[in-house]
Amino acid sequence: MPKTGAQILWECLEREGVTHVFGYPGGAILPAYDALKYSKIHHVLVRHEQGATHMADGYARASGQTGVAVATSGPGATNMVTGIATAMLDSSPIVCITGQVGSKLIGSDAFQETDITGITLPITKHNYLVTRADELAQTLREAFYVARSGRPGPVLVDITKDAQQSSCEFDWEAAKPQLPGYRPDLSPAPKEYEQALELIHNSKRPVILLGHGAIVSGAMREVRDFAERAGIPVALTLLGLGALPASHPLNLGMMGMHGEAWVNHTIQEADLLIALGMRFDDRVTGNLKTYAPNAKKIHVEIDPAEINKNVKVDVALVGDLREVLLVMLPKVESLDRSEWLDLIDRVKGDSAVRDIQNLPDSGHLYAAHVINDLWREARGSNTVVVTDVGQHQMWEAQYYKHEDPRSLITSGGLGTMGFALPAAIGAKVARPEAEVWVVVGDGGFQMTMCELATIVQENLKINIAIINNGFLGMVRQWQEFFYERNYQATPLLNPDFAKIAAAYGIRNATVTERSQVVPAVQSARQHDGPMLINFHVEQEDTVYPMVAAGAALHEMIRRPSPIVETAADE
Amino acid sequence: MLNTYVVYVENKPGVLTRVASLFRRRAFNIDSLTVGRTEKPEVSRMTITVDADYDQARRIEANLYKLVNVLLVENITTVPAIVRDLAMIKVAATHEARSHVLELASVFRARVVDVAPESLIIEITGGEDKIDGLLEVLRPYGVLEMVRTGIVAMRRGNKSSVALPTPEEPAYAATDDDLSQSV
Repeated sequence: MPKTGAQILWECLEREGVTHVFGYPGGAILPAYDALKYSKIHHVLVRHEQGATHMADGYARASGQTGVAVATSGPGATNMVTGIATAMLDSSPIVCITGQVGSKLIGSDAFQETDITGITLPITKHNYLVTRADELAQTLREAFYVARSGRPGPVLVDITKDAQQSSCEFDWEAAKPQLPGYRPDLSPAPKEYEQALELIHNSKRPVILLGHGAIVSGAMREVRDFAERAGIPVALTLLGLGALPASHPLNLGMMGMHGEAWVNHTIQEADLLIALGMRFDDRVTGNLKTYAPNAKKIHVEIDPAEINKNVKVDVALVGDLREVLLVMLPKVESLDRSEWLDLIDRVKGDSAVRDIQNLPDSGHLYAAHVINDLWREARGSNTVVVTDVGQHQMWEAQYYKHEDPRSLITSGGLGTMGFALPAAIGAKVARPEAEVWVVVGDGGFQMTMCELATIVQENLKINIAIINNGFLGMVRQWQEFFYERNYQATPLLNPDFAKIAAAYGIRNATVTERSQVVPAVQSARQHDGPMLINFHVEQEDTVYPMVAAGAALHEMIRRPSPIVETAADE
Repeated sequence: MLNTYVVYVENKPGVLTRVASLFRRRAFNIDSLTVGRTEKPEVSRMTITVDADYDQARRIEANLYKLVNVLLVENITTVPAIVRDLAMIKVAATHEARSHVLELASVFRARVVDVAPESLIIEITGGEDKIDGLLEVLRPYGVLEMVRTGIVAMRRGNKSSVALPTPEEPAYAATDDDLSQSV
């Protein structure tokens, strides 16, 4: 029996395992929405299409499954651009479905027509324009396959209105993907393994640099076995947090611009870097000319285009991280590296006293305190923290100790403000049993806070912690360090966030002192609906340490010494 | 160093844009790009020359492979190959100069394809150096117009060493596992 393109769309999605989509209707996608009544798929109505893409992204990162966002043509589609770019930079598998004007109208500047495949070409892994119903099934199967295989990424499928409306025979089995040139399955040559093992066995001061690839590949266990067997300490990227438990003795913590000082020193002192599923982003390397000057480099990476892009490496193993480690594990010799580990411990001891946790309680509420208290209260294998971008994001990375993969969801590569709230909705939809916390700044929250309505409409239990310092804090910090405290356009006149929550019927609290933090967190955890807590924190607090953009990784701006002395005196 | 790539792509709408956009996005400057049909109707062939050092050249190749519609990339910079460019040059050739211009054309084995009272169109095929050479000697007579196709290239000897992937024999055959969401 023939089916319409719109019916085929939902049936293909169901067959791909999709249970939820995040979307917003409009003229060119209306035939698809009309056919939704035949489908078991649950549609989450968002308040802005950017939110739909972040939700699909959060869904994908929380579950490992492909997330789906739906929008109409023109402005609906262009509103997705930021979310698509975010997913692209962080290798997150999402499929975006957009309506398009009728195929006969394409190119005529028709109402709500835009060339969304042209616009998203550089920010998608691949995209499609579908003008006929009989192309739809194969295209959708290809889209899902491309999105989640190899190095995952966003795929956009633009479907004309007439392709949704017209009918054809639907045969799922016959609509197999045909991607003759697509190569998601590369694996290293035996010689490359030998070279890598030789470097590892000859190294006295090796460090593993662990990235998002470990989580995407599902290689957590193999990474741990590898590090333990070889006795090699592990530094993590922001998106790698959780790939090795923070409490693991070999876990050094986060590296890079706001990484722990001892981690960056360790990298600079190392004689071998073993990069596992990370891409030497400028935020983790600092100045490339002075980066790990005495270290040989091994790069295990699924994307061959990342090899020698930023850092020239000695051995590259191109392939899926888990598969590569499974080959290497039996051949890795156990070596005594206690001297190197002791040295790291000594550096660590020196840095730890400068920690903000040692500050006396002067009545000021520091964001680090809020996050540390949140961690103490809410930590658990089923807690997911979704952060936005800025100072709070770095404090979260420093003071929330992630034990599990997919327990931190954050926009790393693109640094998209406004990501957290919608991404948390996606995470909660993917994992309804999880405790989901949004940690967000007062700036980023206001970019997508319209999605509070989605939380309420979908009856989702999400906890929101606004780290409210009345500034665009990270930009202010840069102005403080590099622009002579010229605070142009960074002070924010904010609304009363508690009242905003109240307007949506969301339970709320405002916290101004440290003693109120734990009770507020507890109250949110006990409440069976969503809750928003507005934490009024120290306005001009700064994220330390900091490697200035373009500086060497070991040249860190540290917390000013008077505070160090105070801390040491305590 | 100038690198020459032969790139086989699926003959589908928008593929040229994808390739061109890749070079623009990664800030690699295309020196020349030609695209045309091949012996297979479903496959188009591009010849692309780019100024790049060794590492950049490797990354260009890897990035080209990331485009889903790219079937095969060969960097033929260092392999024996035939490289050809075609130019049409409209040169001023009044009565006195005409015989000199014709003589120069014949030295370069170029052909005169159009004759007008005040000008000639000369067609020349060859390596870029040869065309540059002709252009130089014609300049004093007055080059009115010139168009070049950009180079096309082909390995010498037997067919290309690597077989082109096809829908029947793709570069990687997706397994049932690959095609199910549970992966």
